[in-house]
Amino acid sequence: MALLQIAEPGEATAPHQHRLAVGIDLGTTNSLVATVRSGTAEVLLNHDGDPLLPSVVRYQQRGDVIVGHAARAAQAEDPENTVVSVKRFMGRGIADVAKYGALPYRFIDSPGMVKIDTVAGIKSPVDVSAEILKVLRNLAEESLAGELVGAVITVPAYFDDSQRQATKDAAGLAGINVLRLLNEPTAAAVAYGLDNASEGTFAVFDLGGGTFDISILRLAKGIFEVLSTNGDSSLGGDDFDQAIGAHWRSVNGIAAADHRDTRKLLLKAREVKERLTTQEFVETVLPLSYGQEFRLRLSRQEFQAMTAPLVQRMLQPVRKALRDARLSVTDIDGVVMVGGATRMPHVQQAVASFFGKAPLNNLDPDKVVALGAAIQANVLAGNRAADDLLLLDVIPLSLGLETMGGLTEKVIPRNSTIPTARAQEFTTFKDGQTAMAIHVVQGERELVKDCRSLARFELRGIPPMVAGAARIKVLFQVDADGLLSVSAREMVSGVETHVEVKPSYGLSDAEITEMLKASFSHADEDARARALFEQRVEAGRMIEALRAALAKDGDTLLAEDERAVIDASMQTLAQTATGDDHRAIKESIAALSNATEPFAARRMDRSVADVLRGRKIEDVKI
Amino acid sequence: MSPDFTQNHFELFALPVSYELDMQALERAYRNLLREVHPDRHAGASDAEKRLAAQWATRANEGYQVLKSPLRRGRYFLHINGVDTEEESNTAMPVDFLQQQMDWRESVVDARLAGDERRLCTLAARRTQDEVAMFELLRQQLSASGTLGEARLTVRKLRFLEKLGEEIDDALETFAA
Repeated sequence: MALLQIAEPGEATAPHQHRLAVGIDLGTTNSLVATVRSGTAEVLLNHDGDPLLPSVVRYQQRGDVIVGHAARAAQAEDPENTVVSVKRFMGRGIADVAKYGALPYRFIDSPGMVKIDTVAGIKSPVDVSAEILKVLRNLAEESLAGELVGAVITVPAYFDDSQRQATKDAAGLAGINVLRLLNEPTAAAVAYGLDNASEGTFAVFDLGGGTFDISILRLAKGIFEVLSTNGDSSLGGDDFDQAIGAHWRSVNGIAAADHRDTRKLLLKAREVKERLTTQEFVETVLPLSYGQEFRLRLSRQEFQAMTAPLVQRMLQPVRKALRDARLSVTDIDGVVMVGGATRMPHVQQAVASFFGKAPLNNLDPDKVVALGAAIQANVLAGNRAADDLLLLDVIPLSLGLETMGGLTEKVIPRNSTIPTARAQEFTTFKDGQTAMAIHVVQGERELVKDCRSLARFELRGIPPMVAGAARIKVLFQVDADGLLSVSAREMVSGVETHVEVKPSYGLSDAEITEMLKASFSHADEDARARALFEQRVEAGRMIEALRAALAKDGDTLLAEDERAVIDASMQTLAQTATGDDHRAIKESIAALSNATEPFAARRMDRSVADVLRGRKIEDVKI
Repeated sequence: MSPDFTQNHFELFALPVSYELDMQALERAYRNLLREVHPDRHAGASDAEKRLAAQWATRANEGYQVLKSPLRRGRYFLHINGVDTEEESNTAMPVDFLQQQMDWRESVVDARLAGDERRLCTLAARRTQDEVAMFELLRQQLSASGTLGEARLTVRKLRFLEKLGEEIDDALETFAA
């Protein structure tokens, strides 16, 4: 249990306080947490001095939850209740999970995302991920001796909207304020680029335990611009273990083993895979539960031959990413390798021969994502003048709508820089039609059934008109986390029917609140203290930012009476923040935000005008 | 309050409203603008300011995407000059152009089925040549106010060529795989 730091009144508003923020790499196999201390990003070590937390969660009868090494050690003993590689289930339905082959869990079909029936009850992948995140949060708060203001959490670039939303919800459930969801290859590029002070066009080749991403980025003058991204969110190091397991089964005649033996077999496969990185040949013994022992052997050559199709599968997304960036291999200045699975020599060779140059491996492929996330978290928490680092990322998959005949109409094409928005107009096809069904999908295929369904909603209350007369504007907005929201509005009638959806996998806000409450039920006090802490930090941050803005532009952009209103509102917030009612602080924050809206708009207009008049020049810092 | 949406994309980046564009100036203006307005620059700000930042950044991204692409820029330039390219409504195309497009598409399919990569590359080169010539024509048509109407057909033709290019790339990709 983390120690709660009690913020004294006024303390939170002290200027230039270092805000504790971390980067979290929530991986398929291992998870890490990193932070920036004294200007350097470092991965935090647990009590055993280990930077890696195995992403394994074991549920026990009394509701106890074990996470990490101990859970991993138990997976062969209690496979049904020990969830490994949960990341592969995030935002996935039962049909998706079936593609992963035989798994030891009791899956339960539920709208949008599977759930797992464990000895401690039914758990969704969001719950399981939240357990991992809680351990990382506690580790961070203990190591840094304070409460976190927030975290940047990384996701595979090729994660779709449901998978991203699920990740964000898991963080919420773990009591983590998400500063930003950041794409893993982009995070790696940040760590790598800053370390090497590189400029140019880079490919980031990221092969994790369960996901594969390729991103093409341009680095120039502190701006990391993602030109394109592609990948396969169900291809990773795990598949290489599976291939070895399948090979042994057929060659050594290992009978249809139970779940426990399957786990043992796969663990052995992973161990052998890792040893083959440095050894040409491995021999090992696998004892199974029914007493039989198998002597297993594998040469690197055999391993590489049997997994060559997996390596080939990675090159297709690489070609697509290059094509979308309108580049050829010769335009790439360097290839950065990320993820433990890129240690395999034949993956290295395939990448080297495809790009015609040796890949860059000078940062630890297991840590580089967490380090990059920590650097970005530090920037977003406001600990560092952000002038020298800006990330421009893209959405990986096109977003669209279902139109007549089950066809997809793309509204926002893949690789659009975020944040982005686009509106599309539709009309009614029947006289007097008063409602319209809107089905939001994500993917590249032409048929809706081949794309992922994100949300369905109905726009009602369209005034009866002749067919084709209504003008229904559907607006897609993607925020800086890559998350979509959709609204629809009928334009002609003047009656504005407006619907907002946050696509998710069937978990409503109410359900999430319920889950949150449940997780806090034993720690009501804890929850209140946390909410109060968060609101105080927010209040302090806001007052600090506003004071700086007023000092700079208050005299020139505000009339005296406007200034008086803002000052009064700020005074109220400072006063409320000394109390211990987090709701009152929240209200005062909202009030101050409203009061300063015109001021904020004028400041933004002015800074934009300054930029475009050339008063601020890109190269001024160099 | 929100960004000034009456500004067109050229004005947003303080660039002359002209089809011919200094691409470096566009890129510079885009990057400078995003350095100011990107949501990451306003992460600690009030909700109102965050909202504004998101709106500005969205607008800058949209404008940049349109101006960067010669075809989208052409279509947009016509649009702000009150000329609709009628790409959805007007399907009338010169017969010889359509004939040539059909021939090319058939060739792409044939070459793909025959596994003839060389022929595809030749087709790709010819298509690119045509496209370059057509963009030059578009540039001329868009630089004189009297020929904006003619530019509509050029834009529609370029859209065909763009699609053809995608088909050729798709076919080439199947060979690479």
